Amino acid sequence: MFSFENFIDLPLIWAGIIGIAVLLYVLLDGFDLGVGILFPFAPTEKCRDRMMNSIAPFWDGNETWLVLGGGGLFAAFPLAYAIVMPAMYLPIIAMLLCLIFRGVAFEFRFKSHKSRFLWDYAFHFGSLGAALMQGMILGGIIQGITIEDRNFGGGPFDWLSAFSLMTGLGVVCGYVLLGATWLIMKTEGQTQDWARRAAKYIWLFVAISMGVVSLWVPYLDNDIHMRWFGGLFIWLLPIPIFTAALFGVLIYGLMRRREVLPFITSLLIFVMGFIGLVISLWPFAVPYDITIWSAAAANTSLSIMLIGVVIMLPIILSYTAYCYYIFRGKVSDEHHY
Amino acid sequence: MFELDPVLLARIQFAFTISFHIIFPAFTIGIAGWLAVLEGLWLKTGNITYKEVYKFWVKIFAVCFGVGVVTGVVMSYQFGTNWSVFSDRVGNVIGPLLAYEVLTAFFLEASFLGIMLFGWNRVSDKMHFFSTCMVAFGTLVSSFWILAANSWMQTPQGFEIDANGILQPTNWMEIIFNPSFPYRLVHMVLAAYLTTAFTVGGVAAWYLWNKRHIPHARIMFGMAMIMAVFIAPIQLVVGDLHGLNTLEHQPAKVAAMEGIWETEKGADLRLIGFPDEQAEKNHYEIVIPDLASYILTHHWDGEVKGLKEWAKEDRPPVAIVFWSFRIMVGIGVAMILTGIIAAILFLRKRLFDTRWFQIWCMALTPAGFIALLAGWFVTEVGRQPYTAYGIIRTTESVSPVLGEHVALSLLAFIITYIVLFGASTYYILKLIGKGIDTKAEGFEEHSKIATPFKTPTEKEG
Repeated sequence: MFSFENFIDLPLIWAGIIGIAVLLYVLLDGFDLGVGILFPFAPTEKCRDRMMNSIAPFWDGNETWLVLGGGGLFAAFPLAYAIVMPAMYLPIIAMLLCLIFRGVAFEFRFKSHKSRFLWDYAFHFGSLGAALMQGMILGGIIQGITIEDRNFGGGPFDWLSAFSLMTGLGVVCGYVLLGATWLIMKTEGQTQDWARRAAKYIWLFVAISMGVVSLWVPYLDNDIHMRWFGGLFIWLLPIPIFTAALFGVLIYGLMRRREVLPFITSLLIFVMGFIGLVISLWPFAVPYDITIWSAAAANTSLSIMLIGVVIMLPIILSYTAYCYYIFRGKVSDEHHY
Repeated sequence: MFELDPVLLARIQFAFTISFHIIFPAFTIGIAGWLAVLEGLWLKTGNITYKEVYKFWVKIFAVCFGVGVVTGVVMSYQFGTNWSVFSDRVGNVIGPLLAYEVLTAFFLEASFLGIMLFGWNRVSDKMHFFSTCMVAFGTLVSSFWILAANSWMQTPQGFEIDANGILQPTNWMEIIFNPSFPYRLVHMVLAAYLTTAFTVGGVAAWYLWNKRHIPHARIMFGMAMIMAVFIAPIQLVVGDLHGLNTLEHQPAKVAAMEGIWETEKGADLRLIGFPDEQAEKNHYEIVIPDLASYILTHHWDGEVKGLKEWAKEDRPPVAIVFWSFRIMVGIGVAMILTGIIAAILFLRKRLFDTRWFQIWCMALTPAGFIALLAGWFVTEVGRQPYTAYGIIRTTESVSPVLGEHVALSLLAFIITYIVLFGASTYYILKLIGKGIDTKAEGFEEHSKIATPFKTPTEKEG
């Protein structure tokens, strides 16, 4: 049976691939969930049509990254998948149900008249609930999972804590920021003005929750504390400094009414948060017992999938980029098909 | 105190969510292929009617695709939430197949769907056609991988089991092209096309009956009947081959399908019967002598193994498999009959104006879906009591999750899916009732719509 294990560290590569899939999911579905959370607060019905149209061609592709994240975790780190999913049973089911309601709202909203308000609410609460659950799942994973043999061994509500509520809130605020800055880029006139006001309001909450979570994480686990505040402190210091600078650029972009800059900086803020988490959690697939090497699938499985990724990922990224290029520019409030 | 059995609940939840899910991809596989043909015909002939039919069905396609996507995301997580031991043990084998499905199909479909639905004025007609073809191609690639995974669970090979009970792949070609895969793939894809054909045919029959959109309805009806004439009989042959393959690899499933308890030579074909698992026999049988042996072995006195060959705990549930199989075959026969009638009416030039045949076709609108679900019930329930046949029992596959929580999630799924099914059916029927937009380029109107959120001013440039 062929395998690349003699040439490369397969679990390491796969941790990178899953990490990128999760990051891309958060960035891409982040802005369209954010638009959903902002939805009912828009000033007019036409604004809402525009908001919906700005993400309608993309949401499906964006959500596919979540399938790659889940499916990829199953394929590359089956043990981690088999432990994390039962541990997070209720929030994952809740997230899936929320995603169902917001997903079908795209189709049903434009086809309904009298019941349209119901789908507007489904879109809003589905987006909000999915974002909150994703944040709480993240928090539940960061705070550690109890393991027995090769199974989840903790209680059904282990994931629920003050910390996971905080991360849940943080993700909701972060997605709203992404959504608002996306709208600044994709709309004009009244919708854009309103989105800019929303972004000016929400960035502070994002900054505060990122700060709180960043300071909280090192106190969850001694090793994390040592990592950040030990000998590497000087080397890791640029990360928070650069993040703070990004917030500065974000404010500047919002004040100077720049259209693209706020969205780019918001994305980068998420990337920085992601890097911070990776540094904290490394090298665990399931904190704080199972490393990526002990959770990894068989080398032959990782090898055969790596071929697929090396061939398909550039193709996927290029037609995804093509899709965004086709639908570039400002959106209208008309329904297209 | 009664206890909630987590295994049973997890099984019901999986069966419910996958059954609901499969309806939509099955329909979109068929519709996507058909839309590609329609758009191709429009580009080739320049006949605007094809485009109008396309634009009508693409709306229904979008609804079904959306529901398929959101219920599909559920499936990709449910292996872990409810079947974590199974996931841990077979992840090395099944995982890569599912990962390939995402990489080669899901992104392709999702990205080009955006262009297909919203790209009319942004890309050239040729590029739009290419997008439609990519979506149709994506649905087929997706079928390839998911059926490889499912078939491997039915006829597993190409692996060894290590000391921890974890499966280690040894040969990928054997894993992907496992014995039941080619049959199941062809059977399923044809089923998807037939399901779509009968739905389209039913809608067309309704338009013909009401004398609405006659030119469009003739295209729809004619193409649907071509499928019934040619594909329905082919499906019978493929199904028979699939059955022979099952007999070789999963004889217990075939014994349940046929309701055969004793191993016998010259086994009767039971048309009707009520299998009784306690008494190990069928009640009130109506049989055709020796025919089961002839169908399964192609000899009138061929030997067919009965269920009693297996210990009670190794047998699949008999009644569900037995009856689902009869429903599937019955609908298949009705479809073949439809094709024969359509061919005769066509030769007598009465295909488009025979009223009773229109009623018949309207009645068969949901037939494909029912046959499809029944077929999956046969193969999935027939695989019991194993998840991966002969390797891992269903009872050992389940997650360490409380029965109460599975009951809660099951209830939530049932409520959500009922709402989903009601809403999607309602909007699809509404679209069908509204009819085909023959101005082709017209947009839907959105004025005078109830709005939940306060609307102070509506002035935006």
